[in-house]
Amino acid sequence: MTTTTLLKADGISRYYGSHRAVDNVSFEINKGEVLGFLGPNGAGKSTTMKILSGNLSPNTGEITINGYDLLSQPKQAKAHIGYLPEQPPLYKELTVIEFLRFCAQINNISPSKRSQAVNTVIERCGLTDVSNRLIANLSKGYQQRVGIAQAIIHTPAVVILDEPTSGLDPIQIREIRQLIRDIATEHSVILSTHILPEVQMLCDRVQIINQGQLIFTDTIATLSQYMQASNLLVTLVNPPSITTLQELEGVITAEQVSSNRFRLHYHPEHNPTETLLNKAVSLQWKLTELSPEHHSLEDVFMNIIQHESSAKPESM
Amino acid sequence: MFNLARNELYRLFLSPLAWLILALSTLILAYLFLTHIDNFVQIQAKISAIAGAPGVTELIIVPLFSNTATILLLITPLITMRLIAEERRNDSLPLLLSAPLSIYQIAFGKFFGTLGFFIILLALICLMPLSLSIGSAIDYGVISAALLGLVLLVASFSAIGLYLSSLTKQPAIAAMTTFSGLFLLWIIDWAGTNQMAGESSGLFNWLSLLRHFETLLQGEVNSSDIAYYLIIISLFLTLTIRHLDSERLN
Repeated sequence: MTTTTLLKADGISRYYGSHRAVDNVSFEINKGEVLGFLGPNGAGKSTTMKILSGNLSPNTGEITINGYDLLSQPKQAKAHIGYLPEQPPLYKELTVIEFLRFCAQINNISPSKRSQAVNTVIERCGLTDVSNRLIANLSKGYQQRVGIAQAIIHTPAVVILDEPTSGLDPIQIREIRQLIRDIATEHSVILSTHILPEVQMLCDRVQIINQGQLIFTDTIATLSQYMQASNLLVTLVNPPSITTLQELEGVITAEQVSSNRFRLHYHPEHNPTETLLNKAVSLQWKLTELSPEHHSLEDVFMNIIQHESSAKPESM
Repeated sequence: MFNLARNELYRLFLSPLAWLILALSTLILAYLFLTHIDNFVQIQAKISAIAGAPGVTELIIVPLFSNTATILLLITPLITMRLIAEERRNDSLPLLLSAPLSIYQIAFGKFFGTLGFFIILLALICLMPLSLSIGSAIDYGVISAALLGLVLLVASFSAIGLYLSSLTKQPAIAAMTTFSGLFLLWIIDWAGTNQMAGESSGLFNWLSLLRHFETLLQGEVNSSDIAYYLIIISLFLTLTIRHLDSERLN
């Protein structure tokens, strides 16, 4: 498979005063890829997104978008990106259709193609029913959709979405995710978020940024390995003694959480679930709960940070 | 750029502010227009005997345009305050900054959008003196010169307002600084003319927005006055562009 690099960031750094918000970040995104930018709040995600979209200039480094340098040829480069900031940039006194028409104009869509572009994007983003309503009167979820519509109206090569699901309710989140998946079929997408499942659901590749530095760049599969839980939570109505649990094959330590709830820590390659189930049935421990414990984003960060510092960082 | 100007003008008319300003300033000027006519009617009998006496143009239209300039000084800050400060406050500035537009297109688009509004206002106001042409002879030369003066004046007001609006996030601060700035430039020549020596300060005189407008109001079109306004306009537009540009860097 041949890949075309659409966006390339090379050693970008950005300082706010003496605070280093983004520190020597380099990466690229290929055609048809969804790249997740994962990091806790204040890690430099939004700053990176602003730099990529040309809203901020980096202090050092360069960005090439579809062959155009963002700093020396901003107009050509910006024609190939669509950007949705954390707060969707909307003129709330306009109706959806008026606003999108204006976006088509400022993105240099030729007059003959404008109304078609507006109609296409309204349909794609599910805005048909609200197209004549004022943006100010729409729900947050719909406003977010208008924001996405604005970012893809000129069919850019790369779409940059900064926390597109923040502040939405679960149903809206699901709809927006569906929309992003849909967009990803035609555009490359850079997505920033602090929600881990979102990245797993949407992205092909993930980058973790912490304190302005990229500490992890790999595929989702590799990330999942980091996240693989090696803890089991079990609740037994008739629990045996804790030593019995500890002696199960594969279990390293057993810890009593409450009177009949236990946490079993095991070797990742030696999952004791089956042994535990068999024993529970034959010895009548009356198992009522068995769940693998998920790592939180913080755990994964800690895991990766520890991993990076113990093994010398190979990829920067 | 013109799309941006058109959008700016359109959005302006979606707010009640623009309509209110149009309605109220027309109302005030119509009242002033009537008082000028009233005055003229009273003294008409006395001056009609004098040859070369001032006519309708000098006694009604010129004072009316002079009043218009004062009204413009008061309302420009209200229109320009929202230009960039409000975009910043609503977080809608990234829309323009990430579109394939250069900063100068953004600044010019906003400037021309505002100017468009004032030209509509001036066109409305112009109808009043023009209605006098039904019953009286008026000097179109003086009117055109005065109108040119008004357009240049309000264009400079808008450029100054645009720049001050680009500096802040609070429209109210933009309005206040613009008003103070304009007012200061309006009266700056007082320092010069109040001197007893008679020889006034050349620099302050030259800086005064009003001074250059007065000559145009008398029907005198001097290239130096026009150059003054063009310098003011381009200076503040350049400052706006510079400021928006440097914001991305710092």
